[in-house]
Order: sequence, then C-alpha cells, then structure tokens
Amino acid sequence: MSSAVQNSEVVDRPPPQARGWPRERVVGNALVAIWALFGLGLLLFLIRAWDPELFAKYAPLYLHGIGVTLSLVAISIVLGAILSLPIAYARMSRNSVLRALSYAYVYFFRGTPLLAQTFLIYYGFGSFRPFLETIGLWTFFREAWYCAILAFSLNTAAYQAEILRGAIESVPRGQWESAASLGLSKFLTLRKIILPQALIVALRPYGNEIILMIKGSAIVAIITVYDLMGETRRAYSRTFDFQTYIWAALIYLSMVETLRHGVEWIERRITRHLKR
Amino acid sequence: MESSIWTLLSWGPEGWSRSIAYGVFTTVSLALATLPLGLFIGFLIALAKQSSEPSLRLAGNIYTTIFRGLPELLTLFLVFYGAQLGIQQVARIFDPNAAIEINSFVAGMVALGVMFSSYASEVFLSAFRAIPIGQYEGGYSIGLTKRQTMRLVVFPQLIRIALPGLSNLWLILLKDTALVSVIGLSDILRQATIASRVTKESFLFFGVACLAYLVLAILSSFGIGAIERAVGKTEMHR
Repeated sequence: MSSAVQNSEVVDRPPPQARGWPRERVVGNALVAIWALFGLGLLLFLIRAWDPELFAKYAPLYLHGIGVTLSLVAISIVLGAILSLPIAYARMSRNSVLRALSYAYVYFFRGTPLLAQTFLIYYGFGSFRPFLETIGLWTFFREAWYCAILAFSLNTAAYQAEILRGAIESVPRGQWESAASLGLSKFLTLRKIILPQALIVALRPYGNEIILMIKGSAIVAIITVYDLMGETRRAYSRTFDFQTYIWAALIYLSMVETLRHGVEWIERRITRHLKR
Repeated sequence: MESSIWTLLSWGPEGWSRSIAYGVFTTVSLALATLPLGLFIGFLIALAKQSSEPSLRLAGNIYTTIFRGLPELLTLFLVFYGAQLGIQQVARIFDPNAAIEINSFVAGMVALGVMFSSYASEVFLSAFRAIPIGQYEGGYSIGLTKRQTMRLVVFPQLIRIALPGLSNLWLILLKDTALVSVIGLSDILRQATIASRVTKESFLFFGVACLAYLVLAILSSFGIGAIERAVGKTEMHR
C-alpha cells in the first residue's frame, strides 16, 4: 500500500511551476543589478585610482591604525568586563542604595553619547589640571590614548553589566533552588550551574557589544588618537583622494563581518547539545 | 577675570544657555527629521527581506550588511565628502566652475537615516516573523487585496510588536546625532565645545551637554511610555 503511494508520487509529480516574471522578481533583480553595478563601479574606481606610491606610503600607516583600533577595543572590553562584575552585582543586590547607585551609573553611560563622554573626560578633566597635577594624575589625563581607554571602558562596563544581569536573570530560579537543596554554596552554584547557562544567552549580546565598540572606536580620531579612522582622516587631509575613505570602509566592514561570523560559529558550537 | 558658574549658565548675554538651547533644538530637529526617513526605508527593506523572492532578499541583506557594519562616523564622512564629490562631478558637466557645498544637516540626516533604517529593518523583520501566516490568509479569504491586507490587518499588529525595538533605536539615534558636531552642525555637543573653548570651563559645559542628552532620553522614555499605553489601549478595546 505504502509503496504504491510512493510509486504514484514518483510518477505523478506535477511539472515544476513556471516562475514567470512577477513584479517582485523584476524589482528584486533590478535592485541586485544596482548593487552589482555599484560594486563594479567601486572596483573600477579603486583600479583607476590605484597609485603604488600612495599605497606604499599609507598601507603601513593603515596597518598601524588597525592595530591601534583593535588594541583599544580589546583593552576596553577586558577592563569593562572586569568593571562590569561589581556593577552587575550591585544591580542585582538587595541593598537599595547599591541598586540606585549602579542604576544611575548604567543610566548615565547608556543615556549619553560616547562622544560626549569622551570629550567630558579628555577636555573636561583639563579644567582640574592644577588639582590633577598635585595628585600626580595629570600625565594620565594629558594623553588622549589613556582618556579614550578610560571613557570606553566606563562606557562598555555599563552595557556589559546589563548584558550580564540579563543573562543571569534569564536562568530560572529553580536552578538556584535545586542547587541550594543539594547543599551547594552560592558561589559554587554561580560558577558551576548559573554561569554556564547564562553565558550561552550572553554570547550574542557580547558579540554585538564588541562590534559596537569596533564601530564606536572610530570617534577617538576626533581626540587625535591615530586609529584606523584617524589614519584615514590624516591620509585624506594630505591627499584629498577619496579612495582613502573607501579603503577604511572596506577594512571596517571585513573586521565586523569576520567577528559576526565568528560569534555565529561559536554559538552553533556551544549550543549543539540543545539541538534536536 | 573669573565669572561665576551661574553667570556662565545664565540666559543673558554673558551666559551660554541660549546657545546650548539652540544646540538642543538642532539635535532634536535632526533626530525628528531622520526618524520618518529611517522608518520608511527600514520598512521597505524589511518587506524586501521577508519576501519569497530570493533576489529581493539578497538586495535587502546587502543593504543591512553594509550599513550595519560601517562605523557611524565613517558613514557620515562617506556621505558628507562622497556626496559632495559626486554632485560636484555631475555639476561640472554643466558648469565647469561649479562649486557645490552639501548641507551638513542633509548629510547628517542621510547618514543617520541609512544607519537607522538598517537596524529598523531587522526590528520590522522579526515583527513580521511574529505574525502568523493565518492573518494574511484570513485577509485574503475575506476578499482584501494584498495591499489592503498589509495596511489593515498586518501593519497595526506589526507596529505593536515592533514598538519596543523601535523606541530603543530612537534612543540610539538621539545619541548618534552627537556625531554631526564633527561636520560642523551646531548641535548640543558643538555648542558645548565652543562654550568650553571660549570660557575654559570644559568640564562644566561638557557636563551640561551630557545632562542635556540625559534629559532628552528621559523625556523620550516618557513619550514612548505614552505611545505604548495608547497602542495597548486599542488592543484592550477590541
């Protein structure tokens, strides 16, 4: 019986429907064609504007800029992660003073632009120069690089604290209770039971935060740190050649896409046990 | 000559409140002008990305990938300098001596608009996916056209689902407007920079700028709350 059904299916399969050219397909093909033309135009522009001298002069500078961007992001993310632990703890604590303080911190750093925060630290702390000189911190706040790291770490700490809090609170209460009923200490419960589940939830937001930092780090060019954006601006102001910006765009895009696909790959790997 | 903080912050000729207030006005009007542009493009991109036609999906995905991956500042420069160069090239065909300056407000609006729309398209897309196919089928079965189904059946539900995501994007947009100070638009941050250069009271004025952004964020969350209640009410009435 079943084999007969199968056979009839094989035999009586209807002919594939003609797709035709409905309006959506026409528009879609036209749009893809526009993108293709745009890409081709960009390629032609880069080929036509190719200048070995320019490349030899600025390629090492760009490489250096990429290094500065990546190290700025890496240092800020790590410092921010360390700083986010006490903030997330305070956000979840039962002490209302601690909760209010950490909420104010998070609200301030998430509610104001990163650029304004960076200006506040780099230019604003200059107002207290005599005081900073007496306590010996002026050498720190004089350097744009240190100010950028401080501003970025404080900023990302606020975001990471919220990611961490959201992830820990996404683990059901029953997990805590059953661990307690087994006699595990709170710290051990957090380390062995809560965090492994929370980090799966947190992975994607953490990846997005790193991507946001890579993109946001371009603003340090304004306070005279020569990261990739800073080198690009310098190259453009010297040559007035627009391809300097195109190259920067391509480099940023490939950094962000690599990271995004990397995070997706990690997510697929660590959630293999959840797939059915 | 040291003038007191209160003189510096006063509204009068000695004070800077008037110029900061002008900066707030610029920031808010830029964000408000960008919002409809970004929402409209974002909605179109989301429509393309949820279509059954692969080429439309591809075109939409390319758009999102590009504008979500570029730093906001770089997009702004690409639009500001790139559009200037491009328009100048075109204008030179007609008039060899043409020198065209692109308006920094328009450049900011376009740059922020494409960024906003690429994020908004993702919000709309996930809202589209939350609406069951039966809603479309129900619309067709009572004789509505495709467009009517979209407008009368799907869209009202879509807005309700997309609202939290969109209000988040609005807050991000409000903060991203700070970048246009770099291309010379007198928004909050630029006015604060000028004030701090003149008076040498950097911390005061950048602090004021941060507070202004915070106040805007708080006001927005009140507004968003009101909209959410209004949208929620219609649901209760049904």
